[in-house]
Amino acid sequence: MATPISETVAGDGTRPRASRIAIWLAIAAAALLVLPLVLPSYQVSIATQILIFGVLAMSIDLLAGYAGRTTLGHGAIFGASTYVAIYWTAVLGGSIWTGIVFGILAATLLAAIFAVLAIRTSGVYFLLLTLALGMIVWGLCLRWTSVTGGENGLRGIGRPDFIADHVNFYYAVLLVVAPVTWAMWRFVHSPFGLTLRGIRDSESRMRSLGYNVPLHLFIAFVASGFFAGVAGALYALFNNFVSPSTVQLSQSVAALLMAITGGVGTLLGSFVGATLIISLENAVSAFTARWPTVLGTTFILIMIFAPEGVVGRIRILLSRRRKRLSSRTLN
Amino acid sequence: MTGINLFQILNGLTFAALLFIVASGFTLVFGLLRIVNLAHGALYLIGGLAGYSVTQASGSVVLGAVAAMALVALLGAALERGLMRFVRAAELRQVLLTLGVAFVLDDLALVVWGGDTFTVPVPPVLQGAMKIGGMFYPKFRIFVLALGIVVFVALWLLLNHTRLGALIRAGVDDPEMVEASGINIRRVFLGTFMLGCALAGLGGVIGGAFLTLYPTADAEILVFSLAVVIIGGRGSLVGAAVGALLVGLLNSIGRVMFPELAYFVIFGPMALLLAFRPLGLFGKAA
Repeated sequence: MATPISETVAGDGTRPRASRIAIWLAIAAAALLVLPLVLPSYQVSIATQILIFGVLAMSIDLLAGYAGRTTLGHGAIFGASTYVAIYWTAVLGGSIWTGIVFGILAATLLAAIFAVLAIRTSGVYFLLLTLALGMIVWGLCLRWTSVTGGENGLRGIGRPDFIADHVNFYYAVLLVVAPVTWAMWRFVHSPFGLTLRGIRDSESRMRSLGYNVPLHLFIAFVASGFFAGVAGALYALFNNFVSPSTVQLSQSVAALLMAITGGVGTLLGSFVGATLIISLENAVSAFTARWPTVLGTTFILIMIFAPEGVVGRIRILLSRRRKRLSSRTLN
Repeated sequence: MTGINLFQILNGLTFAALLFIVASGFTLVFGLLRIVNLAHGALYLIGGLAGYSVTQASGSVVLGAVAAMALVALLGAALERGLMRFVRAAELRQVLLTLGVAFVLDDLALVVWGGDTFTVPVPPVLQGAMKIGGMFYPKFRIFVLALGIVVFVALWLLLNHTRLGALIRAGVDDPEMVEASGINIRRVFLGTFMLGCALAGLGGVIGGAFLTLYPTADAEILVFSLAVVIIGGRGSLVGAAVGALLVGLLNSIGRVMFPELAYFVIFGPMALLLAFRPLGLFGKAA
């Protein structure tokens, strides 16, 4: 039995037409391209951060929204990629590009290990297990001082010259995030993604229809880990520093909160969630150091009042209006 | 030295006793209320810090422990009555809500007590060492071991030989039937929740005396408790005891043999176990 966070996911009948999607996509693309030209450089780096964490949140949504498996271990998978990329360049003196490749590989491998252990469980057990696995990675990064530098962390060697500038780096990240987002969109809307949704809604029915449920979940988890790894490698370039706080629980929690705030099962809602949460973090940090309190309170409020998230809520409202309209025309 | 001797085994056993005290509260709440209280680690930390402050002010550790348990039980009651009622019957929303609470409580502890490391003072009676099997071992740790056994026996008696225990067990199996026979099951639930939280507070005071308390102590004890409950199975007292023994001993052996990877050593057996019994050693399907 898979337990989604909110039961109210709009059905497929309410999906807007392709032409309208294309128009919205064009507007979004134009906005993203123009953004760094109008924003001051600090805000550009926040926008970059939003893009990176949007990918991480989407990777969580891929599991939580489409396979019905809410994970709290993705901060660790994300951070493993960051650690490996920085370790490769700063300690072993390798090139940044191979570092990125190894980072993503490490994250994918870690996700495969997590997946083997976790896919047999669902609901709260899955959540607890991924949480415990993520914490083990955190404990390892904290204690394995000779490799990870312990609490002091590891400092990177900086970005290559051509993307050292904030605006250039923003475009570079956008250049990666756009195709990755497209790939994830295709992934969840493929027949494979439909099968995942079937598993989310009724595992036993999918099993009796002859689907190999564990294999589907395994592939979904590994794919999700790959995307989290991409985000983690980008973060290595963005932050140029990694410490246990990169893999700690609050990373997983913040990313999950982004996915939930945007709307679980909406994929692109993750960017809305990332924008809201990261803007909130920046706004709050200007006034107080109590960000964990704000993060926790936001989580509590969202769980009580809006578990379906912003995009999810808009979808529900739209589908209600559409139903009202259609019932009116019927009468 | 061969690596593992009586000293390490005793260390493992005493750590297991502490883990049992903390994890038994967690598993009790998990088993009966189906609530995974991820604020349990934060309650442990707050309980320990409050116990420290009261002990410093009054000079009595017993008073400190009682105050810690009372405070944490009240926090638990506020959580159960004030917040959980909005998300009843939605398992995942409950878990994530308690996670939010954990963040708020942690930050609160940081505001009130700061980021320093605190050690709850051990009462004079329990200071010093005693001779066991030809070696000296701290009295306080032996006391913790004894306390762990006492808590196990007390909880076992409570669950199996009292009316309240019968109500709790009945509530686990069929809350509607208990309700229908004229029992206010919500009050039983609240009481159990407070008891579970109080155990976290007690654990905090004891842990504060031999592991010390610092800002990430809550996360560490939470992941140990999770490992205990995942191994033992939810809601099972015996499971919690066996899980605590396994995790405690493995942890202390791991610390000696692979100092940097000690955290990793509890992971192997947990993984192996899950491959064969996804619900833990003593877990039953819901």
